[in-house]
Amino acid sequence: MSTTTVGTHVTPSNVNRTRDRITAMFLGNEALRGYTLLSPTLVVMAIGILVPFAILLTMSFWTQVAFEFDTTPSLNNYAKALEHPVYETLLWRSIMISGACSIATVLLSYPMAYYVAFHVKRYKMLWIILMTLPFWTSYLLRVFAWKVILGFNGVINSGLKSVGIIEQPMEFLLYSPTAVVITLAHAWAAFAILPIYVSLEKIDRSLLEAATDLGDGPVARFFRITLPLSLPGIIAATLIIFIPTVGDYVTPALLGGPDGIMMANMIQAMFGKVNDWPMGAALSVGMMVTVAVFAITFMFVSRKATEQIG
Amino acid sequence: MSSSDPMISIRSVAKSFGPVRAVEAVSMEIAEGEFFSLLGPSGCGKTTLLRMLAGFETPTSGEIFIDDQPMSSVPPHQRPVNMVFQSYAIFPHLNVRANIAYGLRKQKLPKQQQNAMVDEMLELIKLPGYGDRRSHELSGGERQRVALARALIKRPKVLLLDEPLGALDKQLREQMQLELRALQRSVGITFVFVTHDQEEALTMSDRIAVMSKGRCLQIDTPNRLYEAPSNREVAAFIGTINFFDASIKSVNGETANVDAGVLGEVKAPVGDGTFASGMKVLLAIRPEKLSIESKKPKRSAHAVEGVLDAAAYLGERSHYYVRVDGIERPIAVSAQNAHRMLEGIDDQPRPVWLSWSSDSAVILDAK
Repeated sequence: MSTTTVGTHVTPSNVNRTRDRITAMFLGNEALRGYTLLSPTLVVMAIGILVPFAILLTMSFWTQVAFEFDTTPSLNNYAKALEHPVYETLLWRSIMISGACSIATVLLSYPMAYYVAFHVKRYKMLWIILMTLPFWTSYLLRVFAWKVILGFNGVINSGLKSVGIIEQPMEFLLYSPTAVVITLAHAWAAFAILPIYVSLEKIDRSLLEAATDLGDGPVARFFRITLPLSLPGIIAATLIIFIPTVGDYVTPALLGGPDGIMMANMIQAMFGKVNDWPMGAALSVGMMVTVAVFAITFMFVSRKATEQIG
Repeated sequence: MSSSDPMISIRSVAKSFGPVRAVEAVSMEIAEGEFFSLLGPSGCGKTTLLRMLAGFETPTSGEIFIDDQPMSSVPPHQRPVNMVFQSYAIFPHLNVRANIAYGLRKQKLPKQQQNAMVDEMLELIKLPGYGDRRSHELSGGERQRVALARALIKRPKVLLLDEPLGALDKQLREQMQLELRALQRSVGITFVFVTHDQEEALTMSDRIAVMSKGRCLQIDTPNRLYEAPSNREVAAFIGTINFFDASIKSVNGETANVDAGVLGEVKAPVGDGTFASGMKVLLAIRPEKLSIESKKPKRSAHAVEGVLDAAAYLGERSHYYVRVDGIERPIAVSAQNAHRMLEGIDDQPRPVWLSWSSDSAVILDAK
């Protein structure tokens, strides 16, 4: 700003003064600097999350009348959701399947993360990349791949049959909650490995030596030092998997069969063929609240547990 | 164990990491109740040796005996030793009480007795009432004490300390040196102490092993290491020393007469090695063993004239550097400032006389 056009009211000194004032304001107010840094994300989140959520919440108090919305606020949808046992069943099933999936994923991922953190000396990054390999293909493709593996004449059944271990194909593999748990656990494994790996990698190796020095064998040391110190990673991994999988609808729709249908499939139906958007909105809000309660309780309990170990 | 048997016996222990030879055929014996230090610059193998005692590293060859038991097949968690780590390694998820009681798990003591033992330890390390604190609520010195208590509560036969005072500031370190020494005397446990700080080693130890490049150069009491170093490396590593080229004129048991050029003929005790007439050797004299005067001293065995080159005032003493014709490097002299020197130190070049008594030098192999 070294040149100014003649005739404008803005003189260089004016510009500088304004600029100085803005600079001073930024330097003096740390919160303002913080919000400025956050602002692009805040805008996206406001438009992408808060606005749709507000619409959803509003709609959940409406009523569907044929092809019209009755916009008089009412709690009818919520009352219906509590009355009908099918919604409760679906909600519980969603939580159970997703809970089983979170536990299975963490149990499978922990040894892998442990191996890379403690036993791989070189090329750790390469190992991590290899473990995230399932993510290089589309989610839908992976679901179909599992269909091929778990199917009536799929890889597992025909393999076991040809070896002679089973005579009839195992029917519970596909179109069942088991299939959903297996597929989701595989699909989300990398999300569990990374936080667990980070928390294991962060453990000061001299703590492990100190535990050994104080008389702990490998097993005692694992349960007294390694596991409690990696708990933050386990908690993060569990939540990262539980929250999105509880609302998953692709996998249950394709692999779940009648017993594997989850809440999200019902919500989808409400917005689709049933054409009762307000009811779908109410179910969504209800599910969101339930998941939030579960997640917060889980976080609270595990934090208490971590303190208890100490 | 009979009292003459050593607590630790290290027999030609060597350790290689791939092509790197960290420790080369070191042998030493450490007596029960001894405060023994491993002293050397970083990378000299002292920590590796300590870790082999703890069992975290396996010797490539040789054998370590602790209390007459060979240790090669004993895993670290079953050895009768405990360690204080350089980083203290206080378990962050446990409070002080649980940290100190950590090693008592296998003893399956009643809760009350365990608590009593921890309280006793907290008293010993002068941190009573600290049981409920967490590691992040402790200062460096407090962590150090907790690490010590955690290791001592197991009543090990040997306590290994890996530069435990390295992270503390100077004042705290000096205080802890005295406390640690007093603690070791009161519990009577054999301490093996690793340090690179010679002053620390000299202050605390009964005996010191000076190590360099994986080898053990000399094992001796602090004052013998300082006053009678057995070779050139030890003399140069511990404190400051002046070396003068000399040649042997005659050897008489523990002492020898040497011709030290401009310093004249000097009689002094000899270090390690075999000496014969005509051999090139080094005459070594500590700076504080030299007296500096402006006039020729009347009654000294040895004296030489030189020119004051530089001087530095250090408070309780001053350092002088004196050039003597025929000697390449200036000679370092350290003198107590017995009188007040409000005017500062006079470091104008001027002729001075250096003198020393005949038993204050040592003759070392020139290699």
